Amino acid sequence: MRRSLTDKRTSPQATKELAGSWKFYPAGSFVACGLGVVMNALSPELRKKIADYLPRYPSKQAVTLPALHLVHDAMRCVSFEAIREIADMLDLSPAEVHDTMTFYEFFHEEDKPLGKTRLWVCRSLACGLRGGDELLETFRKKLHVEPGGTTQDGKITLEFAECLGACEGAPAVMINDVQRHCVTTETVDALIAELVK
Amino acid sequence: MPDFEPVLLKRINANASSALDAYRADGGYRAVVKALTEMTPAQVVDTVKNSGLRGRGGAGFPCGLKWTFLPKDHPGPIYLCINADESEPCTFNNRILMEKDPHQVLEGIILSSYAIRAKTCYFYIRYEYGDAYRNLQTAIDELYAANLLGKNILGKGVDLDVFLHRGAGAYICGEETGLIESLEGKRGWPRIKPPFPAIEGAFRKPTIVNNVETMACIPHIVNRGIDWFKSIGIPPDPKNPRDTGSYGPKLYCISGHVNKPCCVELPLGVTVRELIEKHGGGVWKNRKAKGCIPGGISMGIMTEAEFDTPLDFNGPGRVGCLGLGTAAVTVFDETTSIVDVLYNICRFFAHESCGQCTPCREGTGWMMKIMDRMRKGQGRREDLDILDEVAKSIGIMPGTTICGLADGAGWPVKNAIAKFRPELESYIRKGERTTLPLALAH
Ligand SMILES: Cc1cc2nc3c(=O)[nH]c(=O)nc-3n(C[C@H](O)[C@H](O)[C@H](O)COP(=O)(O)O)c2cc1C
Ligand code: SF4
Ligand code: FES
Repeated sequence: MRRSLTDKRTSPQATKELAGSWKFYPAGSFVACGLGVVMNALSPELRKKIADYLPRYPSKQAVTLPALHLVHDAMRCVSFEAIREIADMLDLSPAEVHDTMTFYEFFHEEDKPLGKTRLWVCRSLACGLRGGDELLETFRKKLHVEPGGTTQDGKITLEFAECLGACEGAPAVMINDVQRHCVTTETVDALIAELVK
Repeated sequence: MPDFEPVLLKRINANASSALDAYRADGGYRAVVKALTEMTPAQVVDTVKNSGLRGRGGAGFPCGLKWTFLPKDHPGPIYLCINADESEPCTFNNRILMEKDPHQVLEGIILSSYAIRAKTCYFYIRYEYGDAYRNLQTAIDELYAANLLGKNILGKGVDLDVFLHRGAGAYICGEETGLIESLEGKRGWPRIKPPFPAIEGAFRKPTIVNNVETMACIPHIVNRGIDWFKSIGIPPDPKNPRDTGSYGPKLYCISGHVNKPCCVELPLGVTVRELIEKHGGGVWKNRKAKGCIPGGISMGIMTEAEFDTPLDFNGPGRVGCLGLGTAAVTVFDETTSIVDVLYNICRFFAHESCGQCTPCREGTGWMMKIMDRMRKGQGRREDLDILDEVAKSIGIMPGTTICGLADGAGWPVKNAIAKFRPELESYIRKGERTTLPLALAH
């Protein structure tokens, strides 16, 4: 969750970076979007999938999370252009979509796209008591990345997770959205080999 | 006591298929047929209300009573939201129900929607439950094909759509109004109550939020009746006028330092000791337990001496814990430092506070920082008092925050200081330090 104290986006440096990346788009492209000028971050298939969610809810804004998931899964991040196009489809301002999106640390922005596989290592209590933190440390060393980062070959993004709801199989990890139970420091090598294949 | 015959886990223990045909062959959807042919919605509400079923999501609010808070004769729409966010650390019972027997949950949803006259149900499921999500979607597709969902269900003039809605890894979206905000496409910031969701919830319409396990109980109540349900569990504590009893079966999760971490179904009111010894295979490595978390980390901490406390809605409160919570017991053995346990807990809440209320945002952050410092051998004598003061001043109970996350963040800290003060003091005095790499990435 984004918290004001620890929110890296609110540091002056981050604000500048963020401001910088908005500038990347030519002034007036908002208007252009509204006028139906071709926008091309989202493929027609993605647009169709997002539009299919609209009848489910009484408000278009409710499609924000489904749309973010669809884009994130397909593109491994949600780019600013994608945010803008989602906003356009849902009659929102890009800031509203960005606001929702950044509340969930889940979504990666374009400066830090996900690798091919997302590997989450649980660090909450049940796993912690059975070696969860050591496991995360082992992955960190073997993959040479900090939690949140992606290996150089772009294959694995390592992240820590709070309780995955797999505590009977602690320490647990999750590969994309599939849980893997009882991963020990001994079985780490086999797991990594499987993921980089 | 004879071994309890599981109800909610019956098909799961038998490795029965989650397909619709198999569920129906085992008597599934009989309750829906019964309710839609023989009962009015009001009768279903009364049945659930009189069964004494209390919500399994953590707060233990009487389920049928909550349904009666909906405005009478409302023109609609009324929404049912299913809370499958299950992010309370150490809790995984909802996952098992959804993954292994999705139709049992969905049957409860059809019955509840009928009772409260909801034509749309949003099933908010945490992203981390990918397999559960896919199994539920398959089950929902089967139901549409079998005319158990959609328009004019079974020709009885009842309509219902169920939509799965995936979360994005935020604990706070399990709080019912945080869930609603998240569903609406906003940040998951809990709302100030009142109005409660039953009056004004999702999309500003009357909404009922219920937990997955609560839903799984409903078909059995409709099938077997109130008396059957009340024959399981324990009646109200005469000494506690606010206790409405703890009836029915309950899924208990056991994890941490036990030989056999698992999820078992037992009548409400089993003791922690029995859970650990009989169902969790005892404490691992032939050690003794130091204590446990009785119902997810928000409920506080129990010492080994308190393990004979029954885990019903009323029991944990008698030893200073917040409540039954999610009935997820996590045991830590005698070699575990209470400092490490507490640090792990504080780190969780500091990470998951939504940041909306200053006492919670700052309090959880500072409690984590103090615990981090203490772990590194830099604890100060006054730290315990500061922690205690912070823990006591954040939450709905002292009245400083919008939601219960802050109460849950404070409770384990308060409990630890009250129950493990000598150990904490000695840790600080000796300048002990923990060498585990727990300090990663916060
Ligand atoms: C911080 C916080 C987190 C919560 N998380 C969950 C959760 O993950 N699942 C859940 O069912 N209830 C959760 N609850 C309780 C819900 O607010 C609500 O009481 C519950 O979903 C009601 O369902 P029930 O009456 O069927 O138990 C949480 C409450 C708080 C304060
Ligand atoms: S108590 Fe904490 S989690 Fe709840 S609304 Fe306030 S800041 Fe958010
Ligand atoms: S604590 Fe790791 S899965 Fe629950």
